[in-house]
Amino acid sequence: MPFMFHAIALTPLNLLGLTVVAVPVLLVAALGLPFLYGRPLSERWIGRIVQSGMIVGLLASLGVLGLMLAQGTRSVTLDLGHWVSLPHFHFAFKFVFDRLSVPFAILSFVLCGTIGAFANKYLHREPGFARFFMQYALFVMGMIFTSLAGTIESLFFGWELVGVSSAMLVAFFHERTAPVRNGLRVWIVYRISDAALLVAAVVLHHLRGEGDFSALMGTYPWPESHTVLTGNEPLIIGLLLLVAAAGKSALVPFSGWLPRAMEGPTPSSAVFYGALSVHLGAYLLLRVSPLLDASPTLSALVLILGLVSAMFGALASRAQTDVKCALAFASLTQVGLIVAEIGAGLPRYIPLVHILGHACLRTLQFLRASSVLTDFRQLENAIGSRLPPFSSPLGRFVPAALRVPLYRLAVQRGYLDALLFEYIARPVLGLFRWCDSLERRWTDFLSGGQSRESDRALGAASTLDDLSL
Amino acid sequence: MNLDLPLLELAILIPLAGAAIVSRIGNSDQARLWCLGFCGAAFACTVGEWLDFHTLHAEIAHDPGLLARSMGDFLEIDALSAPLLPLTALIYLLTAIATLRTKIRRFSFAGTLLSLALALAVLSCRNPWGIIGLLALRTVAPYLELRARGKPTRVYVLHMALFVVTLAAGWLFVELEGLHRAHSLWAVLPLLIAVLIRTGGFPFHCWVTDLFEHATFGTALLYLTPMMGAYVAVRLVVPIAPEWVLQSIGLISLATAVYSAGMALVQREARRFFSYIYLSHSALVLVGLETLNPIGLTGALCVWLSAALSLAGFGLTLRALEARHGRLSLTNYHGVYEHTPLLAVCFLLTGFACVGFPGTFGFLGTELLVDGAVQTFPHIGVAVVIAAALNGIAVVQAYFKLFTGTRHVSTVPLQIGLRERLAVLSLAALILGGGIFPQLIVPARHHAAERILSQREPPKPAGLHPGETAQFSAKSRPPKPK
Repeated sequence: MPFMFHAIALTPLNLLGLTVVAVPVLLVAALGLPFLYGRPLSERWIGRIVQSGMIVGLLASLGVLGLMLAQGTRSVTLDLGHWVSLPHFHFAFKFVFDRLSVPFAILSFVLCGTIGAFANKYLHREPGFARFFMQYALFVMGMIFTSLAGTIESLFFGWELVGVSSAMLVAFFHERTAPVRNGLRVWIVYRISDAALLVAAVVLHHLRGEGDFSALMGTYPWPESHTVLTGNEPLIIGLLLLVAAAGKSALVPFSGWLPRAMEGPTPSSAVFYGALSVHLGAYLLLRVSPLLDASPTLSALVLILGLVSAMFGALASRAQTDVKCALAFASLTQVGLIVAEIGAGLPRYIPLVHILGHACLRTLQFLRASSVLTDFRQLENAIGSRLPPFSSPLGRFVPAALRVPLYRLAVQRGYLDALLFEYIARPVLGLFRWCDSLERRWTDFLSGGQSRESDRALGAASTLDDLSL
Repeated sequence: MNLDLPLLELAILIPLAGAAIVSRIGNSDQARLWCLGFCGAAFACTVGEWLDFHTLHAEIAHDPGLLARSMGDFLEIDALSAPLLPLTALIYLLTAIATLRTKIRRFSFAGTLLSLALALAVLSCRNPWGIIGLLALRTVAPYLELRARGKPTRVYVLHMALFVVTLAAGWLFVELEGLHRAHSLWAVLPLLIAVLIRTGGFPFHCWVTDLFEHATFGTALLYLTPMMGAYVAVRLVVPIAPEWVLQSIGLISLATAVYSAGMALVQREARRFFSYIYLSHSALVLVGLETLNPIGLTGALCVWLSAALSLAGFGLTLRALEARHGRLSLTNYHGVYEHTPLLAVCFLLTGFACVGFPGTFGFLGTELLVDGAVQTFPHIGVAVVIAAALNGIAVVQAYFKLFTGTRHVSTVPLQIGLRERLAVLSLAALILGGGIFPQLIVPARHHAAERILSQREPPKPAGLHPGETAQFSAKSRPPKPK
């Protein structure tokens, strides 16, 4: 047989590692199969299953960490064998537990577990309760697969799952138009990011014949690994991965989706766009950091992109009128700084610790966001007047002539969405609409009359017009 | 080598006899029941034939039936066609199952059975003239339906007539030129045009959208989803065409895949949207077939299976929605999720499977296809990724338009019935099963791909087993002129 799961040695480390990987898969199966059959589980059962899964996953990943520390092991590879193995093409199913992936997996379980417990109460009796947790389970699976991926294909697998579950969660309140429209926006940016990652995977296959990260970064454990790619190869693959990371982490020029993602329910905004998925881009850059070490040009680009995104986030967050959007841009500021730290070549543990700390803090802020407004109101009622408005001391250093343009730029979120729509989406859509009109003329000519019966079913609007809003 | 049982012959004869019987039944309900029985029996035969072939470990197997033996190489299967037969029978069976009672008067069950028999006959046939004749016969049923419904037929007739003429003329020239490997443009160009027409390659694609506009959704779906154009390409063009012709088809298909994916984004009606998604995938299969490397070819054969299955599921989901709401506009939101959550899930699942989403049947095929395309077309092979990205956006956009965005109020229940549930859940199980266990399919497809490539190589005089040599070389070269 060309495919086989390898017989894995039943060591405690491997068993715990298998548990970490299996928990999200079982969670998806347990919630998804009844959902697919049209008979979703009750709220109580969903709550129990999610809670148990997160606890088991967290304990298993803590166990992996403990054993690795006790044994002094820097890296453990869980090689499940080739999913498909053909001559010149291997799709390996491999997970790596090292100093980067284990903290990220633990963070994922902690935050997802917290949010699972929170959402269990927050969404009580919400009609889409089961749907939320189905998408949540897909997200957890995507996060764990991405965190632990030992090959670029496994990473792509998780990356796509995170993308689709995020877009669907943004559109969670789907009986309204705005969340759906914003979900589509998020999905479009994610597709660009996914395409870049897939091309990177293909280029890597083309260069090395496999998508194993060890083929990309050598066999030394992270962060001491060194790339085995030579010449311009690190720059080419690195640029593709940078586009993928920028899309996923909402770096400039893709930042427009971040405030739009806040249309989703608060628990999903908190854990996904405030804490976890927004850091995935930075995580990817950390994972492939040896490529940055090998290419100063790539490092410089990462540094510039990080700093620009941080400045943009800081500026935009100051002009937002809604707390979730302000927090979203504050997140972008920190993510930009993390990316800049990676580009500047600081010791790799610094951005990792920054990610862990920022994710936890931001989750707390998001979860408190709705109740803190109530607290403010109570405080104002108690003192009998408005609280003094907060103004940044930095504002004094901005010349008066620049204040209005900067404010406008911040309120309009850098015009990034409008620019992308006007200069990329609209011309492309216009071209295809023009082709469509040509096709209509051609089929009308061939059939000697009106050829499109479907016109009768149509309204006045066009598809994707929503994007301009 | 012979199959153990004459299942191949039975798989064709059963629906053929069924068509004759069902055409005499006046009651539509009874006709549907009989049709289901015949389709089910044909499907069981094709599954049996696939298993039989699998256990033989042969390159080619002949049917031992009386009729088959009297017809020479008309009825035989190989690694390429073995899984395509049950797939095609399954698509017909599920379409018949999912046809609602409100639609059974418009849907021709006898015509469906006849079409199934012809489709299975095409896929069981390796004789070039047999393929050409059967494909020509297969073009008749949609035409008759269009005429019977008083719809415009000119676009369809012009394209299909050109397809049949170019295919026959091209092959005639191939035979006249004999066994020479390098065929003239007189032979190759008509074949190239025929393949592009049947697969819906740019600029010969308008008949596909036109067919979806005017025929019943079921008929259009059944005519197109088995992807006979790709079959023509593998059987008649790949073995004899020079490399530059195949690369030309590959490049045109690459452009068609991106163009159709972009067109799917701007469509304002669900059937047209579906037809462009179909065109894009049909072109992607052709891209892989023309890469002429084992990885790309394996990817194409995998995507062929996965796209046919998922497009059928996707089409059936749209058809079920259409049966409840009439023609579906994509310019406004319909918000029917709360009424038909299972259809919504299946729409997303089949749509994502089409675009090769992880965990679905199409994932590995798409990966292989991209890899193979980049090997053959290093600078523009990435267009496959662009097409997949655009298709993904179009699918989610259509999902949002159809199922969300507003709250649909209905005075009648719109839930899907048991039969529709059975059809979509079966497809969902296959799509997810194929995604989780691709190793059950991919190696066999790789073997088929290697065999297709070997047909382009000169016959090997030595190094093979004696029995294998005779059969291999006889099948690897173009047939002798008659």
